[in-house]
Amino acid sequence: MKRKFIIKSVLLNLVAISIGVLTLVPFVWMISASLMKTGESAKFPPRFIPSEIDFSHYVFLFQNLDMARYFLNSLIVSILITFISLLFNSMAAYAFAKLKFGLKDNLFKFLLSLMIVPGQVTMLPLFLMLKEFGLINTYLGISIPGMASVFGIFLLRQFMLSIPDSLIDAARIDGASDFKIFFRIIIPLSRSILITLAIFTFIGAWNDFLWPLIIMTDSYMYTLPVALASLMGEHTQDIELMMAGSVITITPIVILFALVQKYYISGILIGSLKE
Amino acid sequence: MKEKTSIGIVLIFLSPALSAIFLFFILPLLSALFISFTDFDIYTLGDFRRLKFVGLENYIKIFEDDLFYKALYNTFYFVFIGGPLSIITSLLAALLLNSKFIKLKKFFRTVYFLPVVTTIVAVAIVWRYLYHPRFGVFNYILSLFGINAIDWLGDPKYAMPAIILLAIWKNFGYNMILFIAGLQNIPTELYEAAELDGASNWQKFKEITLPFLAPTTFFISIITMIGYFQLFAEPYVMTQGGPLNSTLSMVLYMYQEGFRWWNIGYSVSIAFILFIIILIITLIQFRYEKKIHY
Repeated sequence: MKRKFIIKSVLLNLVAISIGVLTLVPFVWMISASLMKTGESAKFPPRFIPSEIDFSHYVFLFQNLDMARYFLNSLIVSILITFISLLFNSMAAYAFAKLKFGLKDNLFKFLLSLMIVPGQVTMLPLFLMLKEFGLINTYLGISIPGMASVFGIFLLRQFMLSIPDSLIDAARIDGASDFKIFFRIIIPLSRSILITLAIFTFIGAWNDFLWPLIIMTDSYMYTLPVALASLMGEHTQDIELMMAGSVITITPIVILFALVQKYYISGILIGSLKE
Repeated sequence: MKEKTSIGIVLIFLSPALSAIFLFFILPLLSALFISFTDFDIYTLGDFRRLKFVGLENYIKIFEDDLFYKALYNTFYFVFIGGPLSIITSLLAALLLNSKFIKLKKFFRTVYFLPVVTTIVAVAIVWRYLYHPRFGVFNYILSLFGINAIDWLGDPKYAMPAIILLAIWKNFGYNMILFIAGLQNIPTELYEAAELDGASNWQKFKEITLPFLAPTTFFISIITMIGYFQLFAEPYVMTQGGPLNSTLSMVLYMYQEGFRWWNIGYSVSIAFILFIIILIITLIQFRYEKKIHY
């Protein structure tokens, strides 16, 4: 019995390790290929360790291909979207969780029903509209579809419902306005869920592709994913260069995730809870 | 306090988010519906007076368009083969990490989850080289088993399976987290009782685990399906829809018609059909769920 237990334990752990290795192989190859000399990654059998470390592809990306600019664009856009959407969503969530007004439930249900509409349906008309406003190739234009999200409002509302009404009533008796209650009580108490949503939004904005591809037509305004896809056209054969670009795109997100994964994973679980 | 908040205060809190949603989502959605009944194209972009109402012409044209059927077929292939395979992989990974035999659960969970947060465009580029017919890692692994090289992304037979494999790798960690949470909600006494009755592992899985996971599985199958219907970045980066349109997805077709050829009316109609398909399948899933949980 004991023996069987040990064999089973070893086997299952081996399976877990193998899946882990399979999961990591693409990343390992990406990093090592990005450090190889030109042409070395196109050899058979594939190499996993560079014969010597070569940073020249990274240097080339920053010196010749505007990588710093793309990085900055991605950073600005992601921070802008995160900041605006957090403010807008939390204000609306507060109204839906704690304020009393007619049609509240119907309005909320209507918003939830919008979640079924795929964003692609709205993209062409939105593009034409923003073109009229002169918002193509602007940070504001790229941020617009992300400024408010039904999912964000839903997530924050669920959390705010759990804040006791007595706290709010007490503050109101002391003469606090709704704004004071919102900024002094609700926001500090919702810190953990706000951090969760901020991470979700930031990562989503950083990784987003279709909308940035549509709205940023001037290469100077490309975000990293759009820049990578466009580089892929001219530099398909420069594998090491493309891998260096992928490393630069992925690394900030992986570091962020490593630092805050607890919040990220709890967010997935809260988001899946049904009403 | 039961009295209503003054309407002014409510408006101040609601208006930023609601006006953004109205102006930049609902209004474009309604415009999309309108545009889909017009011949909006590149000439209309220059002069709006050229816009002509054409009724259902775009939709009729779509149903006579072989390329649309191809895109529809490919998208269904991706959703209904790739989706279930992804979900099964997630479930197996969750069962594995939930097992009492596994050490370092948190470490494995983080590793398995890593692909989920990474940028799809970047990993699709990496995988494009992993699939390279001459020096790619996949063919190297096959060669170790004496299997001949496969032209993964260049052969219409293999291109979509290759994209599905990438999607499974990229996404399984997400649903795995949901399944693990579902598994942890199952009372352990049930398993203990079943063991006393001499139930096999398979019986326990079938009679306890699966029924208890049903709500989680339902949620997962809906979000996975909706997400998979929107396949775009992978074929855009890896195959541009080829070879022989074998990876042309509906969203990629919509994008090409709209933003490459500026057939705006036609493109928007394709998007609407995608929306209607997602809507119908979601409704079917909800009905099915009601039947099994009364």
